[in-house]
Amino acid sequence: MNESVPVNTSDNIRARHPMAEAFEMFMGNYAAVAALIVLILIILAAIFGPMLYPTDPFEMVWAPFSPPGAEGFLLGTDYLGRDMLAGLLTGARVSLAIGLAAAFMSVFIGITIGALAGFYRGWIEEILMRITEFFQVLPTLLFSMVIVALFGASLPIITFAIGIVSWTAVARITRSEFMRIRELEYVTASRSTGASNAKLIFSVILPNALPPIIVQAALMVGSAILFEAGLSFLGLSDPNVVSWGQIIGSNRQYILDASFTVTIPGVAIFVTVLAISLVGDGLNDALNPRLRRR
Amino acid sequence: MEFLRILIRRVGYAAILLLAVIVLNFIMVHLAPGDIADTIAGDMGGATEEVMAEIREDYGLDKPMLVQLGSYVGGVLQGDLGHSYFFNQPVTKLIAERLPATLLLVISAQLLALIIGTLLGVISARKPNGITSHFVSLLALFGYSAPVFWTGIMLLITFSLLIPIFPVAGMVDVTLEGGFWTRFWDIAHHLVLPTITLASIFLALYSRLCRASMMEVLGSDYIRTARAKGLSESQIVLKHALKNSLSPVITLAGLQFSAVVSGAVLVETVFSWPGLGSLALQSILARDTPTILGILFFSALVVIVGNLLTDLALRLIDPRIRNQS
Repeated sequence: MNESVPVNTSDNIRARHPMAEAFEMFMGNYAAVAALIVLILIILAAIFGPMLYPTDPFEMVWAPFSPPGAEGFLLGTDYLGRDMLAGLLTGARVSLAIGLAAAFMSVFIGITIGALAGFYRGWIEEILMRITEFFQVLPTLLFSMVIVALFGASLPIITFAIGIVSWTAVARITRSEFMRIRELEYVTASRSTGASNAKLIFSVILPNALPPIIVQAALMVGSAILFEAGLSFLGLSDPNVVSWGQIIGSNRQYILDASFTVTIPGVAIFVTVLAISLVGDGLNDALNPRLRRR
Repeated sequence: MEFLRILIRRVGYAAILLLAVIVLNFIMVHLAPGDIADTIAGDMGGATEEVMAEIREDYGLDKPMLVQLGSYVGGVLQGDLGHSYFFNQPVTKLIAERLPATLLLVISAQLLALIIGTLLGVISARKPNGITSHFVSLLALFGYSAPVFWTGIMLLITFSLLIPIFPVAGMVDVTLEGGFWTRFWDIAHHLVLPTITLASIFLALYSRLCRASMMEVLGSDYIRTARAKGLSESQIVLKHALKNSLSPVITLAGLQFSAVVSGAVLVETVFSWPGLGSLALQSILARDTPTILGILFFSALVVIVGNLLTDLALRLIDPRIRNQS
């Protein structure tokens, strides 16, 4: 193309930071960027919405089943005449907060179990993987229902009930990454310099095992939101807070009178989880370029 | 012989998993605040300490933990899951009444997802950039992101209320009279929407995996040989390639059993399907602990048996893994 041969100045040969490369790749994925923007808007709405729109979601403000737009209620009212928009904004906080907290818990358990199993192998791995398999045969939703039923429907219990059943995928991914990485030369090298097991696990192997775990963690937030919605749809939610699934569950009997009371919160859940999974896909392409073949 | 040995080992392992579920049930009940005596006393409208102690003695709650665990495990192994206070029936009997409906829903949803998923997967593997491929990708995003109970309600609104071609709720029309086939078609009619709803979560997952493995198989040497022999494209795809690309799909379907059973709970609630899921909800709202735990046990049993059957089916159709342990 060009007659001039590129000169190897120090600027040219300096490798670019891998994070910069990943960032560029993510920004090239338009669906993921659009999803990220939607997600940021949803988070902003959850944080600032209830302040800017201070209607109490529990208060009866107008006749039940007013359609969207009527009497200044942008999204109408539900079966008790409560403002749907207020419920949706307040519910966003609960749904997102439980989603994040439960995903954090399951990622923490998953990394701990997967890392120990993949690093130590042998009987430790055998026991931990049997425990993982045990959690895989328990039907997740039923197990959480039982926990919430026995220990009470409060936000910490619900978060725990979701987190304790969702960690198996993270554990499996972490384990296989640890099994792969622990055989690599740089691990052997730092072992030979006298690094302790804890150092090997936390500062040598774990940082390199993180990319696929991060992607899985992003997806976990989405499935935790779905999970919480399912539980509260069944009526197993904290009675003192509003969440998206709970709005659907309590209006379910009245779909003949006003289907929008069920449709609208469902769309909110759908759009949020869709945005999270598109961002997750984008992260996957950006962080694990080796896996990008098909 | 090798196969028989593996079979025995797998069944033994499944039995250990089940035993663990029983122990977990026991531990959870004892960790939970309140016990049977509290529940009964609550139903009676209060009781003195002596009566409470008497109830505890009747139920063996005063014995050491390990003795209680032993008699609980023994009871479950003999099919005794306790007595439901709320329904006033043995839990085993309650569950036996509801289990067939859940099995019907779970199996038909899995079959539908597998058949349609494979079909779409094969079509999109033949044309990786065709319209079916894009459709499957969209469907996968939808299946992952839409809450299954919401999908169900949307189908219900569309196909039972706006265009009334399917019944709104239940499994049978009680007013209907007729012979076996009338009842068969009636149940099938009620089954359509719940099955589609439940299958919508997994369908695209299976078809994406089928597409990927099909594309890999289509690029392999023996397919080139088949082409060189002059076989027709449909023979190559359906007879030679499909068989080998199905193993990963079936493996995945087996792993999904626990998710399918979980989804069934929500779908049953939406469509008032008289299965284990709606029983679970009723007993949870009534704080009927023995029934709740019995359902957890039986649904875990469904998953374990489902996994076991998948594993054995795979070994039968795929000689490459037949004798691997």
